[in-house]
Amino acid sequence: MHELSIVASLVEILEAKAREAGAARVTSVTLRVGEMSGAVPELLASAFDAYKKGTIAERASLKINLVHVRPRCRSCGGSSWREAAGFSCAACGSRDLEVVEGRELVLERLEVEVDDDARQNRHGGRRGRPVRRPRRPSSARERA
Amino acid sequence: MSLAKSLMTKKDVLVLQDLLGSNKKIAEEIRDKLGEKGIHAVNLLSSPGSGKTALLEKLCERLRGRFRVGVIEGDIETERDAERIRALGVAAWQITTHGACHLEARMVGRVLADVPTALDFLFIENVGNLVCPASFDLGENERWVLLSSPEGDDKPCKYPEAFLSANSLVLTKADLLPHLPFDVDRARREALSINPRLRVFLTSALTGQGLDELEAHLIASRDSLRSARA
Repeated sequence: MHELSIVASLVEILEAKAREAGAARVTSVTLRVGEMSGAVPELLASAFDAYKKGTIAERASLKINLVHVRPRCRSCGGSSWREAAGFSCAACGSRDLEVVEGRELVLERLEVEVDDDARQNRHGGRRGRPVRRPRRPSSARERA
Repeated sequence: MSLAKSLMTKKDVLVLQDLLGSNKKIAEEIRDKLGEKGIHAVNLLSSPGSGKTALLEKLCERLRGRFRVGVIEGDIETERDAERIRALGVAAWQITTHGACHLEARMVGRVLADVPTALDFLFIENVGNLVCPASFDLGENERWVLLSSPEGDDKPCKYPEAFLSANSLVLTKADLLPHLPFDVDRARREALSINPRLRVFLTSALTGQGLDELEAHLIASRDSLRSARA
């Protein structure tokens, strides 16, 4: 059950990426998880639900794209395997296989919400720091 | 029109970032640092009770006269394993994870501040667990997965990640083989079918079987790593 460590590192990345994008919150997160990554999708999902509270991803949904194992046979170049008394190439029976895909554990994309007010402020501020906007008459605010 | 509610824009951000990337980065830094000091590091993985500490005791006894050896012990609680190593006059540092099922590079990095620079071998005994530690690079030069005869010869295919990520398979408790249905050939075959590049050692900490080979391998891989850096 090391999924919580993985989720902790995921949220760290989410906070950095959201900050870069000037976002107020993360609304959706997509991961690529290999069958042989050592992480279990169901456990990642429950760890994420527990860990996200109080973070920028509190209301984010999690989508996991499972990546099946794709082997490559070093003898014949085949790309399917049999799992009987060990793993072997389905085409030539060789056991010299390499796992090409299926070990990844990757944050693929995220969807964020940027508050437009905050964005305008950010760009108006020095070095991107938010600044207080001067009071404007309500008519100007309506136009904006 | 009344005061508008603050508007929001949705943005899709493509990232493609490895979730274990920060661990890998720290691990690479550790590997570089150890390499500069000429320290050869081994990460030992296995289920609890398969004989990691007993094997290390025997290797420490063999190496300690000729080489400078240190051991980092990872456990959920207690200093017991570190005390066993210290009893042999070998330096040991205990990491207690307080519940975490694996070591991470960050934890090893913290301990390394206390490890003297003059070491030849650094063994890192991971938390007993054949699953989670496999995902975390600790900056080691080689990884051993241990499998003891009482655990059964069918384990490699049940826990493929550990065997896939290791450089060597060390079969332990060979002295019990006459009493158990453990088939060494089957274990070896299964492990090699997952990872054909595994070196396999058949050992017993009790009788000393296979320890000459393991020691020779250790010294040879340290030498080849040193000459590669030179």
